[in-house]
Amino acid sequence: MQSRLDERFTAAREEGRSLLVGYLPAGYPTVDGGIAAMRAMVAAGVDVVEVGLPYSDPTMDGPVIQDAADAALRGGVTTADVLRTVEAVAATGAPTLVMTYWNPIDRYGPARFAADLAAAGGAGAITPDLPPEEAAPWLAASAEHGLDPVFLVAPSSSDARIRLVAGISRGFVYAASLMGVTGTRASVGTHAADLVARVRATTELPVAVGLGVSTGAQAAEVAGFADGVIVGSALVKVLVDAQRSGVGDAAALDGIGRLAAELAEGVRAPVPASA
Amino acid sequence: MSATPSAEAGAVRAQAENWQAFPDPAGHFGRFGGRFVPEALMAALDELTEAYDQARADEGFIAELDGLLATYAGRPTPLTDAHRLTEHVGGARILLKREDLAHTGSHKINNVLGQCLLTKRMGKTRVIAETGAGQHGVATATASALLGLDCVVYMGEEDTRRQALNVARMRLLGAEVVPVASGSRTLKDAINEAMRDWVATVEHTHYCIGSVMGPHPFPMMVRDFQRIIGVEARAQVLDRTGRLPDAVVACVGGGSNAMGIFHPFIPDTGVALIGCEAGGDGVATGRHAAAIAGGSSGVLHGMRTFLLQDEFGQTQVSHSISAGLDYPGIGPEHALLHETGRASYRVVDDAAAMAALALVARTEGILVAIESAHAFAGALDVARELGPDATVVVNCSGRGDKDVDTAARWFGLLDDAGAAVDVDPRG
Ligand SMILES: Cc1ncc(COP(=O)(O)O)c(C=O)c1O
Repeated sequence: MQSRLDERFTAAREEGRSLLVGYLPAGYPTVDGGIAAMRAMVAAGVDVVEVGLPYSDPTMDGPVIQDAADAALRGGVTTADVLRTVEAVAATGAPTLVMTYWNPIDRYGPARFAADLAAAGGAGAITPDLPPEEAAPWLAASAEHGLDPVFLVAPSSSDARIRLVAGISRGFVYAASLMGVTGTRASVGTHAADLVARVRATTELPVAVGLGVSTGAQAAEVAGFADGVIVGSALVKVLVDAQRSGVGDAAALDGIGRLAAELAEGVRAPVPASA
Repeated sequence: MSATPSAEAGAVRAQAENWQAFPDPAGHFGRFGGRFVPEALMAALDELTEAYDQARADEGFIAELDGLLATYAGRPTPLTDAHRLTEHVGGARILLKREDLAHTGSHKINNVLGQCLLTKRMGKTRVIAETGAGQHGVATATASALLGLDCVVYMGEEDTRRQALNVARMRLLGAEVVPVASGSRTLKDAINEAMRDWVATVEHTHYCIGSVMGPHPFPMMVRDFQRIIGVEARAQVLDRTGRLPDAVVACVGGGSNAMGIFHPFIPDTGVALIGCEAGGDGVATGRHAAAIAGGSSGVLHGMRTFLLQDEFGQTQVSHSISAGLDYPGIGPEHALLHETGRASYRVVDDAAAMAALALVARTEGILVAIESAHAFAGALDVARELGPDATVVVNCSGRGDKDVDTAARWFGLLDDAGAAVDVDPRG
């Protein structure tokens, strides 16, 4: 059976464009503020939403996402708030995934989390520090509730590991474009296209590229070789900057809308990959 | 003190006639351990596992490490009869394994020499490390100077203040010390920052983890490098007393000095293995660092183990007067030893540890690290419980020079301005 993510990727392929995947953490600046920002991003052209679950020890995140997650936790955000956020965002019709470190799901109980995520209308979860070797309980729970479990590959992954990761992923394979933590980068780097080609050689699944994309031009470049373009820190930074400068919620939402629209334009104008 | 071992743990124990079987090839100690890291680090962990497997079978590597341990680090460290402590507890013989006499002043050097030699073997030129008390950072800076490696040490901002002398030591040794201002600004956050560095630099950098924690192969490898403590101690006790001890006691932060001294004794089922967790203000107050007594099973820093966490799986901030024990988790092999009942763990709070520190200083003339003072406090109780015929080995994991300021303030020997005050630390 086709999942909501599968349908979206198929439709985008037919349109000759990539999907735009946008990340924001739940609970930042507040639970409702986060929901409003995610809805604004969908209204401006984001196709798929990643709802971040703020975590105390974000070892894979750079300063921007760390700061937002810290603030959200200080504000008292809980796993229940994350699920409420998923429900509100999924109601827009955009496939909505949770992006989380493993321990919060482990603690909640994988079966219970999958049930509650599905009940909230979630499409699946991205679990970057859950390796395939430890994933059996999560795969079973996801399958039972019709969720897409998404796993990551990295430039350092061997072909054997790419096969392993692609073999258990559903919806898409997340290709981390560079060796490093989340954050905006001046350029996307040369590893990404190679990595996507290596993933394509092992699977029919769509491949989405994340880490470092922040502008419409970069989105267009990545859209030239990947099925999905994932943007996180650049969007989060709009909210963080708005909080710091105190410009107000409306201006923050405007900022999110402007950046999302620029990125949405980018994924619709793929730059043909130079051979 | 220890929870009832579960049925699953019983099964694990039944399989475990040979404790050397742990971990399994994927790094599991029963249900603990493993490798919960981003895919980007998997290749480096595989590379490290392979390099370590080759090195430990290579006589050249073993000889080089043994040579450094003997001629540079000062091994074997002595086993000291603590006569006046023995008298103090009513007769049980107390023997001290003197890791405080190893170069740089703690057991940390054993592990670091092994990992830094391995770094060179892998062709890497830079090491990074996290540190709490600063002892692992100092040891890493030392081995890096010796072996010509670039060295960066991450240290929580709070700890750079508590252990300022060790920050200066590391800088004198040529290391760069990076204060970490995120999260709780202590050891766990230093580890987070080191991991962020590593994922971006892994091609030329080795992450020299300082305890039996983190993703596989670290808990196994660090244990193996620290096993020398127990191998020596076991032979020394047999030689000195003609029999095995009744108990071996060590403090537990991540758990490397404890794992090092416990491991060779694990098959000796008559020897009680007792770890002392840091109780801070007391487990009941919630301000402590006792992962086994006050924690639950979860995943942190690449491993499944016991950790302090809230109902949502967010790590809770640990508290201890001892920077080296101020960590919300514990190495996965300790989690297994606890669950199988092969080792037991007790809690020593700040006040009990500091009282033991003062007692040991006055009765034995040894100023021990505050970390080690937790082991002494536990051992004094164990010695009284076991009675005058017992022999108890205490792992004296480090010396207390770095802690003089903290101890002096605790006992009121310094005023707020840092000037000496004449009081009796026995209170
Ligand atoms: C002297 C001493 N003992 C013990 C520890 C705790 O570490 P572990 O539990 O790994 O031995 C430290 C850590 O800094 C230390 O410096």
